[in-house]
Amino acid sequence: MKSNDIILQTMTNVVLFIVLIFSIFIFFNGHHEPGGGFIGGLMTSSALVLLLLAYDLETVQRILPIDFKIVAAIGLLIAIGTGMGSFLFGEPFLSQTYDYYTFFVLGELELATALLFDIGVYLVVIGVTLTIIQTIGEDK
Amino acid sequence: MFTALHFAIIAPFIAAIFVPILYKLFSRIHTGWFVLTVPTILFLYFLQYLPITANKETVTAVFDWIPSLGIHFTAYIDGLGLLFALLITGIGILVVLYSIYYLSKERESLHTFYTFLLMFMGAMLGVVLSDNLIVLYMFWEITSLSSFLLISYWYEREKSIYGALKSMIITVMGGFSMLVGFVLLYTMTGTFSIQETIAASSDIVSHHLFLPAMLTILLGALTKSAQFPFHIWLPDAMEAPTPVSAYLHSATMVKAGIYLVARLSPVFAISGEWFWLIAGFGITTLFWGSFSAVRQTDLKGILAFSTVSQLGMILSMLGVGAAALHFDSLDLENNVFVGATTAALFHLINHATFKGSLFMMVGIVDHETGTRDIRKLGGLMTIMPITFTIAVIGSFSMAGLPPFNGFLSKEMFFTAMVEITKFQLFNVDTYGVMFPAIAWVASIFTFIYSMVLVFKTFNGKFKPEKLDVKPHEAPFGMLLSPIILVSLVIVFGFFPNILSYTVIEPAMASILPSLLQEGEQFYVDIYFWHDWTPALYMTIGVISVGLFLYLGMKKWVGIYRLFPDNVSFNTLYDQAIVKGERLSEKIISSHMTGFIKDYLLYIFSFITAALVFTLFHKGAFVVETQDLAPISIYEVILAVVLIASVLTVMFTKSRLKAIIGLGVVGYTIALFFVIFRAPDLALTQLIIETVSVALFLLCFYHLPQIAKSLETIRFQLGNFIISLAVGTTITLIGLTANSNRLFESISGFFIENSYNEAGGKNMVNVILVDFRGFDTMLEILVLGIAAFGIFTMIKLRLEGKEQL
Repeated sequence: MKSNDIILQTMTNVVLFIVLIFSIFIFFNGHHEPGGGFIGGLMTSSALVLLLLAYDLETVQRILPIDFKIVAAIGLLIAIGTGMGSFLFGEPFLSQTYDYYTFFVLGELELATALLFDIGVYLVVIGVTLTIIQTIGEDK
Repeated sequence: MFTALHFAIIAPFIAAIFVPILYKLFSRIHTGWFVLTVPTILFLYFLQYLPITANKETVTAVFDWIPSLGIHFTAYIDGLGLLFALLITGIGILVVLYSIYYLSKERESLHTFYTFLLMFMGAMLGVVLSDNLIVLYMFWEITSLSSFLLISYWYEREKSIYGALKSMIITVMGGFSMLVGFVLLYTMTGTFSIQETIAASSDIVSHHLFLPAMLTILLGALTKSAQFPFHIWLPDAMEAPTPVSAYLHSATMVKAGIYLVARLSPVFAISGEWFWLIAGFGITTLFWGSFSAVRQTDLKGILAFSTVSQLGMILSMLGVGAAALHFDSLDLENNVFVGATTAALFHLINHATFKGSLFMMVGIVDHETGTRDIRKLGGLMTIMPITFTIAVIGSFSMAGLPPFNGFLSKEMFFTAMVEITKFQLFNVDTYGVMFPAIAWVASIFTFIYSMVLVFKTFNGKFKPEKLDVKPHEAPFGMLLSPIILVSLVIVFGFFPNILSYTVIEPAMASILPSLLQEGEQFYVDIYFWHDWTPALYMTIGVISVGLFLYLGMKKWVGIYRLFPDNVSFNTLYDQAIVKGERLSEKIISSHMTGFIKDYLLYIFSFITAALVFTLFHKGAFVVETQDLAPISIYEVILAVVLIASVLTVMFTKSRLKAIIGLGVVGYTIALFFVIFRAPDLALTQLIIETVSVALFLLCFYHLPQIAKSLETIRFQLGNFIISLAVGTTITLIGLTANSNRLFESISGFFIENSYNEAGGKNMVNVILVDFRGFDTMLEILVLGIAAFGIFTMIKLRLEGKEQL
């Protein structure tokens, strides 16, 4: 489906980045405010879906030559890997911990292992959503 | 603790991981050379336990696996376990060596072969060295699995797949039944440990579950050891490469059933049923196997039935050996039934040597002539002299001729069969006479097929016109393993007593522990000359009648035609498979229509029925109105919008409107979340709605053209009732859930702990990634599976109308 929707395409070019940045913000924000891997991942995928709607599948694949199946697989590996990481410290599967560190410029920040797990969730959600949408969209 | 012994058991599995890597890295070296090191090292490792078990000591190493269920990975070495471990690794060395020459590194995918083979080796070691029944069961099923994989190694052949499936179905069925038996044992004794079960055996003999446990476990052992009538899988398993047949289907895996019988003898052997079942199945199989072997024209077919028959023979000896338990104050030297157990173990070793060499011999013939059909073979004696020699020694030993080891164990077998007729218990004095009779007749057939095996292949007229290739002697490497095995045949024939107190006697102590006092040992002395005993007359009879029948085979071979082809256990199996498939297809296609509306109908009806039943059965339906918050104007507005958009979806004639209507429903629900102060849920709902509307638009293209028929929406009473019921039920559940406060809300815990314990202020997210991280992990796993499922279903769609 070749579309030639100037207004939508121009809008998308701008909005895409706003949504993407916001989704990343929301992802990192998840520990203390509404957000997190699930929502962040969904928002990133919705940004990409917007791109898909504005342009066509081939164009998007040219811009983003990413195999989203692999993204989903990597996400799963990260999630399971962080779970197993706790074995190294003699803790049960998926134990999480956190601590506070001071950073240059940024000041004191909290770092939680849960964030690593959340990255896995984030990637899986993006991978899954876009795999499904691309597969169904490509099917003619 | 995880000891070296545990490591020895799982070492083949670890090695199996590296096989594909080595195969890739060193493609010029035959992968078998790397694999060869594993059984060699393990064989040497297990040898060092010989002095320990010879002193009647045992080694136990416990590694806690699932302690809460009583499942420990307990490695246990005693005489019996060690005998098998040495057999597995020892034959393993020879088989791997043989396979290096048998399997071409250019044409075959060696890495899969050796991966499966190592997997089998580890599993088999696990079976014989585990003291825990559940761990034993696990390894047992892995042997079935690896056997399945190895039989179907040449998977492009239809017969390989057929044979693999058949062996899998029969052995796994038996294995499953065995698991039931183990659980029954557990309910009686409260332990999965074999040694503890044996210690408790005197208490459970009169238990009402004793017999069921015995029968179910025996079903596992009999199917695995290819006993009549379950033997039908073994001939079809011969589609596997010959090294596999030599290893799994004659020397080791099929003896797992025998191992289990021997191992559990101390538990069950005291009962009369055990004696009759083991000895009865054994002797029947012995006869049927040898009788069927004579009619085979495929060399491997002969060997397969011969293996079936020999396994039956070993089993019958174990059964007779159980009779020894009924003599309390016996002097061990004169107890002939103890001798039956000795004979069983001795023949077990002998069988591995001569049958292994014969399988390898057949493999060589097949390799060098391109056929295994005895109707095409003949006159190879001068062309393949070494192979011929191997065949002669192996077959003569199998036929029970002196001076080979088979003669010794056959004599002991006859002795046991003659003596059992004098046994006074379990009605043996009435029916016992059939034991020596059947044994004798079966041995005649054994003699005949042994002669067929050698002389139809190597004697007679050479028929080069029927062969595709010009035969010649095999390379030395290929001959090496069978030569070693036939040397053992001769060595064990002349010096059988090198085995008696090192291997056989300690193993007997494991099978018949109750007969031994502290410090005592069984008397094992195997020798050639027994005086003019009945056994010797029987052997002479076997040879003379056998020779007579072999020479006149053309005259009587017609009796096999008396058996109609369509009445056999094979047909029974095939019919059961076909009928079973047809029946299940009928049942499934009666409700699996492929229409999602039907599936939703089932799901919704079930949910409604189950929930309503529970709700009223438990008397849980209450509506409390005290604690409710007032309904605000926003909620009313949202509800109105919700209802309006639902009605739009239902009655609109345009599909686009319906999609938008659905979207509105979703967004309204998101707004509800906002009102109820659940920002996370609201955010999620908003984005999900957006994405799914987009997805709908993409799918728009694919939806079938029923849109036009939407104009006349028909009222369907059934659907209406069900949707009404679902709505009502869910509402009722909601009201009830709100009114019943059985427990204190769990949210208090999260409020207290999410910041202190997990360092997060967003409780929802802390629950997702920390407190209930396991849920999330499995959820994303499901998501991933769904995505890959959709991908494969759409991308790899079957062309045309293939049947799924």
